[in-house]
Amino acid sequence: MEPICAFDRLVPGRGVAALLADGSQVAVFRLLDDSLHAVSNQDPFTGANVISRGLVGDRGGEPVVISPLLKQAFSLKTGVCLDDEAVSLEVYAVEVAAGEIRVGALSEVKASA
Amino acid sequence: MSKLVVIGDGMVGRRFLEAVTQRDPSWDVTVLCEEPRPAYDRVRLSAFFDGVSAEELSLASDLPGVEVRLGEAATEVDREAKVVRSASGEYPYDKLVFATGSYAFVPPMEGADLPGVFVYRTIEDLENIKAHAEGKRHGVVIGGGLLGLEAANALKLLGLETQIVEFAPWLMARQLDEAGGGVLKQHIEKLGIGVDCSTGGTKIEAVDGRLRMDTNREGVSYDTDLIIFAAGVRPRDQLARDCGIAVGERGGITTDLSCATSDPDVYAIGEVAAMEGVCYGLVAPGYAMAEVVADRLAGGEATFPGADMSTKLKLLGVDVAQFGAFDGPLATTYLDPANGTYAKLILSDDAQTLLGGMLVGDAEPYPLLRASVGGKVPGKLADLLGGGEVEGALPDGAQVCSCNAVTKGEIMGAIHEGCHDVAEIKACTKAGTSCGSCIPMLKQLLAEGGVEVSKAVCEHFTQSRAELFDIVKVTGITTFSELIARHGTGSGCDLCKPAVASILASLSNGHILDGEQAALQDTNDHFLANMQRNGTYSVVPRIPGGEITPDKLIVIGQVAKEFDLYTKITGGQRIDMFGARVEDLPKIWRKLVDAGFESGHAYGKALRTVKSCVGTDWCRYGVQDSVKMAIDLELRYRGLRSPHKLKSAVSGCARECAEARGKDFGVIATEHGWNLYVGGNGGFTPRHADLLLSDVDSETLVRTIDRFLMFYISTADRLQRTSKWVEGLEGGLDYLREVIVDDRLGICEDLDAMMAKHVETYADEWKGVIDDPEKLQRFVSFVNAPETPDPSIEFEEVRGQKFPAGTTERSQPVLLGTPVLRSSQGK
Ligand code: SRM
Ligand SMILES: Cc1cc2nc3c(=O)[nH]c(=O)nc-3n(C[C@H](O)[C@H](O)[C@H](O)COP(=O)(O)OP(=O)(O)OC[C@H]3O[C@@H](n4cnc5c(N)ncnc54)[C@H](O)[C@@H]3O)c2cc1C
Ligand code: SF4
Ligand code: FES
Repeated sequence: MEPICAFDRLVPGRGVAALLADGSQVAVFRLLDDSLHAVSNQDPFTGANVISRGLVGDRGGEPVVISPLLKQAFSLKTGVCLDDEAVSLEVYAVEVAAGEIRVGALSEVKASA
Repeated sequence: MSKLVVIGDGMVGRRFLEAVTQRDPSWDVTVLCEEPRPAYDRVRLSAFFDGVSAEELSLASDLPGVEVRLGEAATEVDREAKVVRSASGEYPYDKLVFATGSYAFVPPMEGADLPGVFVYRTIEDLENIKAHAEGKRHGVVIGGGLLGLEAANALKLLGLETQIVEFAPWLMARQLDEAGGGVLKQHIEKLGIGVDCSTGGTKIEAVDGRLRMDTNREGVSYDTDLIIFAAGVRPRDQLARDCGIAVGERGGITTDLSCATSDPDVYAIGEVAAMEGVCYGLVAPGYAMAEVVADRLAGGEATFPGADMSTKLKLLGVDVAQFGAFDGPLATTYLDPANGTYAKLILSDDAQTLLGGMLVGDAEPYPLLRASVGGKVPGKLADLLGGGEVEGALPDGAQVCSCNAVTKGEIMGAIHEGCHDVAEIKACTKAGTSCGSCIPMLKQLLAEGGVEVSKAVCEHFTQSRAELFDIVKVTGITTFSELIARHGTGSGCDLCKPAVASILASLSNGHILDGEQAALQDTNDHFLANMQRNGTYSVVPRIPGGEITPDKLIVIGQVAKEFDLYTKITGGQRIDMFGARVEDLPKIWRKLVDAGFESGHAYGKALRTVKSCVGTDWCRYGVQDSVKMAIDLELRYRGLRSPHKLKSAVSGCARECAEARGKDFGVIATEHGWNLYVGGNGGFTPRHADLLLSDVDSETLVRTIDRFLMFYISTADRLQRTSKWVEGLEGGLDYLREVIVDDRLGICEDLDAMMAKHVETYADEWKGVIDDPEKLQRFVSFVNAPETPDPSIEFEEVRGQKFPAGTTERSQPVLLGTPVLRSSQGK
């Protein structure tokens, strides 16, 4: 788990991007109920690292982030794109410890899933 | 194959071609078309002056087995040899159809052939009128019927002072009685058109480069630049006369109910036909004749069903309609001189059956009344006459679209089979495709058929944007979370969040990134810049009216150089800088703000630009200061959030170099003030703006725009541009004028107050960020490495500037001047 920033840095209902030690980029979202979600920051449709700047909300109850470029919705739980199920974002583990947000590497999530 | 020759490719000829190819494609058809272009919508001819192009009016389509010979008039019919001749060819026929229409009647009058004297029948006529009117002051229209009124309005649109001279004692004497004609005259004069009835021109002469027309009234003559004859039409039956086909006493090729002429192999349809002695000057009876002949040629037995001669004047802001019988056993009338409305219904002697009637000033019940002719009176007389709410269910057999003879039953059938909007009904049944006056009825039938277009914003709110606007306004709710908790479900999405953000901003004008609002903004609004395909941003400072000092130009150049930005002049008369990294945005803004720039809201559903032309400042034609007006408007409405983006322009004269009529609100200078146009659009579905007010002073102009914008913001749907909003207003432009000019709903004070509040509380959004450390924190690529730029963003150089990496690869090669080989072009 890598430390990212203080929990309070995040605005409810918005995301931030973080650069992990291995050079990969992760988008972390704080939802209105203060729950946290982390997915890969790269938009699979355009290749741009912008997912963290998308709007969040829900589609039929499923929490989603909407890509700011071409507006596809991705599940924040599974990473799967709801508009094209062949495409998905990576999902990262995320937790708060001592007021600080920490994100788990990809492999750790896969292992625990 | 049997040969069919058609003379004339007008509205009726074309409908016949469509019908015949559909029913019996085995005919080998030749069409002689005297005009240089195939059939077009003559009924909408006047729209040509509203900027509708000849292409848009075209009715032509490729029909199998049909050869159209453009610009080739038939000159002789040899019935012995069964051949039609033209200057350049010979066309044998088995069956021949005359569809030669009418010509404009010019009464014998000295000087009627002088240059500057026109008729009003073809696109060429209109082009010539337009060319001649350029730079002229005054025009006279001879004839105050339907056609004359259209022609007069056209001259008015061309900027000419216009006078109608009518021989009859009142206007539209063939459709209206004296009282109706009198009320109509008030309306026409209100448009600024002069009306002189009981007067006939006697002689035209050229005097000092202008025209003078004397009249039958002692001492009355008109000095003018242009004269249009709109004094009626006559059937073009000469060719038929010459070959010995029987014609009627008052002209027109005599036919029986099957449209056959005195020669059983020759038919006549449309305006040239004298059906049992009667010529019809409307398109609907002609269409019926076209169907009859198509059926006969396919072996059928169809006969002419009789004609509905109902008409509605197609003049902006003047409602006049006449339907069914002109006279009858019982008539009931209603006259309201104050509001300029007159209505008359003709009833059977037991007052149960509607036989006909006329409406002046308010023709709203026209579609319902027309469709009810011959049936029960569709409501209470007082409501029908006095403009009250009318609810009436039509019988299935009632004809809703008389141009195309479509009944209510057929339309309901189409709706049940899945037609969900007017466009689909048009495609399915042809209803509504000609004069368009039945379209309000089609909408009503859609509603009756249970088709409801959901206006819900998204899955989280069942309300429309307008309803949410009212809720926010009335309850004073200021946060999304409260709104969705009390009036919606779930946690929101990319549809409702920005919509609510825009409503909150329209109503309060705090900084859009304050508090909870920050979470609602679309990405572009959230970063106060437009995101590009590689995740960088573009920056557009406001340049009001497109006017900029050399010093400010230099600053833009310096900033672009310092931050290595691609620069481009936009289509909105300002400069866009692309390729800015998110962490550079505040630094860029700081430099721009220090030099006196502010945000241009290129990212927002908000006012974008008010373009201008140079106007009186420099241009030899300018009649008002268009630049100053554009700057004033842009500064007044900058930052105003709305359901969709708003664009405007101000032109210094009617040449319209600023393209104001393509804008949400456009202003064009006149000698006397300003003309205001609303509801224009470029983009995906271009639309010319409609004239809302003419010749008003600056104060009235601004006040009206204020109200227009606030009424739009209060009532439009999410992402509905003003063009669609104006089109969707029940009651149209007249209603809009009533609400924001005459204050019919009593809301103008409220609209004015909303705009006053906006103007008072406007503040630059960029400055709001650079002065606020908390907001500044967000402008980083990585929350855990604020100093690190996103390493995945790369650029390459093209034409001396930087572009997103991969640009060259993506672009298609352009072949400079390489000729395309014919063989590779397909057919
Ligand atoms: C920069 C510019 C093109 C240029 O290089 O000239 C431009 C660029 C964009 N236009 Fe535009 N439009 C630009 C002038 C226009 C014009 C011409 C005008 O304003 O006179 C039109 C037609 C006029 C109109 O809107 O009626 C125009 C019609 C559109 C439309 C179609 C709107 C419609 O009603 O159909 C869109 C799509 C939309 O808004 O939904 C659009 C959307 C866009 C977006 C926002 C697309 C996007 O989401 O990325 C582009 C973003 C620009 C950026 O990143 O800065 N742009 N766009 C022009 C900026 C003008 C300015 O200074 O603000
Ligand atoms: C400004 C205006 C507004 C109108 N508004 C309405 C309205 O609101 N409602 C309504 O119902 N009607 C309206 N009309 C009338 C309507 O346009 C006509 O009824 C309709 O066009 C008749 O169709 P048609 O095919 O018989 O004649 P046309 O459309 O006139 O077509 C006849 C064609 O035949 C061609 N032709 C003639 N002689 C020859 C020849 N020898 N060889 C080859 N070609 C030849 C002509 O050039 C012409 O193109 C309006 C007309 C005008 C001018
Ligand atoms: S619109 Fe008229 S005033 Fe403005 S630049 Fe063009 S010609 Fe000149
Ligand atoms: S009545 Fe003219 S289009 Fe329907």
